[in-house]
Amino acid sequence: MEHESLFQIFIGTLLTNNFVLAMFLGLCPFLGVSGRLNTAVPMGAATTFVMLVASLCAYGLNVLLTALDLQFLRLIAYIVVIASAVQLVEMFLKKTSPNLFRALGIYLPLITTNCAVLGVALFQTTREYSFLQSIVFALAGGGGFTLALLLMAGLRERLNLATVPQRVQGTGLALMLAGLLSLVFMGFAGLGASAG
Amino acid sequence: MKPGEHPLTAFENFMEGIWKQNPVFVMVLGMCPTLAVTVSAINALGMGVATTFVLVFSCLLVSAIRNWVPKEVRIATYIVIIASFVTVVDYAIQALSLDLYEALGAFIQLIVVNCIILGRAEAHASKHPPLTAVVNALGMGIGFTIGLFALGSVREIFGAGSLFGIALFGPSFQPWIVMLLPPGGFFVLGAWLLLFAGWKQRKEAKDGA
Repeated sequence: MEHESLFQIFIGTLLTNNFVLAMFLGLCPFLGVSGRLNTAVPMGAATTFVMLVASLCAYGLNVLLTALDLQFLRLIAYIVVIASAVQLVEMFLKKTSPNLFRALGIYLPLITTNCAVLGVALFQTTREYSFLQSIVFALAGGGGFTLALLLMAGLRERLNLATVPQRVQGTGLALMLAGLLSLVFMGFAGLGASAG
Repeated sequence: MKPGEHPLTAFENFMEGIWKQNPVFVMVLGMCPTLAVTVSAINALGMGVATTFVLVFSCLLVSAIRNWVPKEVRIATYIVIIASFVTVVDYAIQALSLDLYEALGAFIQLIVVNCIILGRAEAHASKHPPLTAVVNALGMGIGFTIGLFALGSVREIFGAGSLFGIALFGPSFQPWIVMLLPPGGFFVLGAWLLLFAGWKQRKEAKDGA
């Protein structure tokens, strides 16, 4: 897909095919960390950084593995790289901002099993993106994830103040909200029609 | 398991994943494949079976080598084991049914990052002998498949008016397209969860009265 412009990829990944709301990637942290606004932003930033690193490494690895004719090792190689990148972010955060580190808790190491990160690596391989396209794709993917997380956190903060029947509270309600958000994002469908 | 609890019988161990700790409805784990591939009942079943396969074999291997893996590198080891089995499944589905492979797309490879598998490997298989681990994993896998099927069938019935590709209603049926689109996945799962929550609350109210 060499003909896709960088802008198309960016808009397409950020809005039209938003990782969380249209492609269902990265739902666990989306539902888990979106309780409060002040943890949503750093979580999004950390995930975006890991995505970028993963995307860069995946591009290099893919070239290497294709040259050696070892494509069947691709999945294993990707996941090991992602796990290392997450470890790096974790150590960095622990050192620079212990409070944030505690707030993110278990969800930080769980970035490893965030499908959105592996999704970036896998999709850029299947779509045969060039180096520059891969970077834009990873950035837009991370941006989209952060955007969805932010919107959801804002909504849920408001929801805490509303009176909701006890029976409806919890994950069920969060999913209904996510459904509505997803419906809203479908409105962007016309924007980057060819990027998909 | 807490110290005071009696050890589970094999049957209870098996049923745990299907009912009490159902990965989809109770633990709400592994959401990504749950929502993404359940546009039809057959896709849901295929995904469920593939995940069950990976789950059972990963848990078997993790449990078999549990005494030799150093604590510090256990997660990395588990991930590599899981990734190997997923690669096997990926190639197997490609060989067996190209249609299903294309329908599931990248989500077969994304089984690697399904939280259920790593969660089970860490929480159960790494602490129990192989046989117990396999029984538990099988229960979890079946529970996951049931959850996927519950979603997939509802979405296919409403969204396409059919089940397993067989039309259920007459030609005048107007398909409810939104069910097949991403929002439908959220709505159907949300509805199932609300249903279970309501049911649970009703039961508790009855027990209390």
